[in-house]
Amino acid sequence: MLSVKSKKKLSRLKEKLIQITGRENIDETMSGRLVYSYDATPNYQALPDFVVSPRNADEVAAVLKLCNETSTPIIARGSGTNLCADTCPVKGGVVLLFKNMNKILEFDKENLAITVQPGVVTKTISEMVEKEGLFYPPDPSSMKISTIGGNISENSGGLRGLKYGVTRDYVMALQVALPNGKLIRTGGKLTKDVAGYDLTRLFIGSEGTLGVITEATLKLIPKPESQKTILALYQDIEAAGRSVSAIISHKMIPVTLEFLDQETLKAVEDFAHIGLPTDVKAILLIKQDGPREIVERDIRKIAEICRSEQAVDVQVAASEEEAEKLTTARRTALSALARLKPTTILEDATVPRSEIATMVRAIADIAEKYHVRISTFGHAGDGNLHPTCLTDARNADEMHRVEEAFAEIFEKAIELGGTITGEHGVGMTKAPYLEWKLGEAGIEVMRGIKKAIDPNGIMNPGKVFTEKTKERMAVGNDDNIG
Amino acid sequence: MMTTSVKKKIQKEFKEKMDYDELLNCMRCGFCLPSCPTYIETGHQEKYSPRGRIALMKGITDGVIEPDDDIAHSLDLCLGCRACEPVCPSGVKYGRLLEDARSIIQKNKKESVPVKLLRKGIFEELFPHQNRMEKATSLLGFYQRSGLSRVARKIGFMDLFPESMATMEKVLPEVPKRKEVRQRPRYFEHEGEKKATAALFAGCLMDTMFFSTNNATIKLLQKAGCDVVIPENQLCCGALHGHSGELERARQMAKQNIEAFEASDADYIITNAGGCGAFLIEYDHILKDEPEWAERAKRFVSKLKDISAILVDLDFHKTHRLKLPEQTVTYQDSCHLRNVMQTFEEPRILLKSIEGVKYEELEGADTCCGSAGVYNIVESDMAMQILDHKMEKVEQTKAKTIVTANPGCLLEMKLGIERVKKTGKVRAVHIADLLLDALD
Repeated sequence: MLSVKSKKKLSRLKEKLIQITGRENIDETMSGRLVYSYDATPNYQALPDFVVSPRNADEVAAVLKLCNETSTPIIARGSGTNLCADTCPVKGGVVLLFKNMNKILEFDKENLAITVQPGVVTKTISEMVEKEGLFYPPDPSSMKISTIGGNISENSGGLRGLKYGVTRDYVMALQVALPNGKLIRTGGKLTKDVAGYDLTRLFIGSEGTLGVITEATLKLIPKPESQKTILALYQDIEAAGRSVSAIISHKMIPVTLEFLDQETLKAVEDFAHIGLPTDVKAILLIKQDGPREIVERDIRKIAEICRSEQAVDVQVAASEEEAEKLTTARRTALSALARLKPTTILEDATVPRSEIATMVRAIADIAEKYHVRISTFGHAGDGNLHPTCLTDARNADEMHRVEEAFAEIFEKAIELGGTITGEHGVGMTKAPYLEWKLGEAGIEVMRGIKKAIDPNGIMNPGKVFTEKTKERMAVGNDDNIG
Repeated sequence: MMTTSVKKKIQKEFKEKMDYDELLNCMRCGFCLPSCPTYIETGHQEKYSPRGRIALMKGITDGVIEPDDDIAHSLDLCLGCRACEPVCPSGVKYGRLLEDARSIIQKNKKESVPVKLLRKGIFEELFPHQNRMEKATSLLGFYQRSGLSRVARKIGFMDLFPESMATMEKVLPEVPKRKEVRQRPRYFEHEGEKKATAALFAGCLMDTMFFSTNNATIKLLQKAGCDVVIPENQLCCGALHGHSGELERARQMAKQNIEAFEASDADYIITNAGGCGAFLIEYDHILKDEPEWAERAKRFVSKLKDISAILVDLDFHKTHRLKLPEQTVTYQDSCHLRNVMQTFEEPRILLKSIEGVKYEELEGADTCCGSAGVYNIVESDMAMQILDHKMEKVEQTKAKTIVTANPGCLLEMKLGIERVKKTGKVRAVHIADLLLDALD
């Protein structure tokens, strides 16, 4: 129960919020708050006090200023698809929605740039620019649902990361609201710009802990003229891993190079019914794009490499439509796995791609060691794997073993020169492990930055930083801390 | 307003009766959001999305929140179109969760006298009695004749009816004479080579208001090589009851229907209404806790097919020449036929095989038209908003003929045509009627 004092405080806060955004843009009903108490991360839920939908950047800045003055936590939320509990309001406060800020502001074909408000759904952007022969490559699996503001805040990756990079590589400029109530603009429609610190990159992937993105200008590139997709089938998961390294070391950079193990394949096929091979131990889904003759040449060569690495079969997608079905099916992997057990916990430990085979083997061994069920899929080409644990949150003993298994996976990833998270973010789920990757001095720098911009700690509190770093295991080697 | 004691009762029943594994099966990925018409139409409000509604149900079950009118409204505003189910990679049975939740809330909700009377009139006195359905030449007619309307009018209840209801009256089809219905034989012989025996699920509305569509369906089945029987003692499928929280009544109706069709011993049970089909196919689920019925329900369900599906299976379109005067035709999916019966390619195959037809796919054909059972009456504003957006897409196809596969959708499309003042220029027809027309 709230004390009388905080009740008073809340009602004062509400009055002031109403002055900024209008009554119709504030929801404090139980149902309204409950549906913003979670995101796609299992086992995290907390109610916000208010759900506020500002209508423009000035209103966002005003809300931030108000929250700063009243020490109210503020959590910016897109569509709530993130996987590290970043949009779960663990400390209550205000959840900001962008349903009133979802316009495309400018499509600049001369500078190959598009300027959008944060609430635009990512797929809307790709579809719009592709109609004009342009291309916005970042394609997180949730692109049909997630907003661009969320993608930028999480620095989302996707299936095309190997060749085209991630969200970070396509953000040219930002407008950001700060806790002090000011709006700043960073970057510009420029290829070259060295005027001071790169603040654009600072805010990208900052998980809502520094400011709120109110506008973004994205870089576009010409749309590749053709593409081709193949499936390579394996009876040995390490052979699939070795193929990945071999493809890259042959100087082939396919646009997509995805790995799916048997259990993932079965779950996806069970949902999508598109005839995926479920009798093999693993597959690689490989796509190349570009000028037709180069695509043909690359795909031929990649198929050869796969065969020489013991692929039992290599199948070429008959049509663009079939290829699209395969990619779409791959995007559902995590949620499809969720049909197998009540709780699915997914991580995205990432290693240099030369270490993929080692990592795939290590994950299998760790799963066996802790008696937990782990399925693995992921963006093998860029070393970003998604080991997914199928479990039941109601089984405390098993949950403990799951936690230990993931700790060991993180440890292994760091040992191989990798990281604890490739694209999903730190949020709450990986906060206890962040110091493993950054070291104490690294965390100190980040805390300093946080303090300079958000001295009162109102921006998405409880995320990224933690009071309690998880103790490292005996197998850890401190020399590897970057 | 819900009283505290009602809230407590609802909460208790949620804890006891909601399928918790199914609630947990939703991993909140949000893949359902873009498929949900009310999420889209409300400007992306999570409260009106499948993920949000499941979270609310789970919130009540977990005791995180108390049930209230707001939550009831979130559930009420759901069309029940179930477009979220085929796109859910985890395979969450949203429709079942919704029905269970609605049923609990409905049972405990204190309703005003007119609403109670209306519900009683529809769910107990009208639909479960096919003879009364026949008597009532239309829904409105029933109110006029039963005396309910007098009560309703006296207390000002009719004023509560939305404008759509008045327009709806205009588009209701001509109702056949009762004698005509009664004199129809119960058995029809196949034409050409015999391929199967089909038992027609006649449906309550289909066999009154859409009697001629049922006759067209029978004719098509005969031409496709089926002996057709219309089992006696069959009733309304119970969908309206099930979707509106009257599950117990629906179970009784299911049992009677199963019994009626067992006697016919047909190879197939054929429906021509997506809405009925989708409820009939759930008979094994709603009767799963009654051992003496579960097996029988399973057998019933295994024989069920929509008219389009059986026609394609029996190669009707390859063995018969179908021809119509040149026209552009589009197809609006019946949500339940598509999302629950998983029949969506077959109607398109049939339409494309008609000579003279230029088939134009309707953008968003797979999203609800707003009819959704009695939704267009009880949630009229949202229904009309959805319908108007639908008609904009229809306009883009330049189609003169809109084909549907369910009576509710058919009436809704007719209502849409009336609303955009295209009556006489654009028509809406049931696929069975169009196919028969193309055959002659």
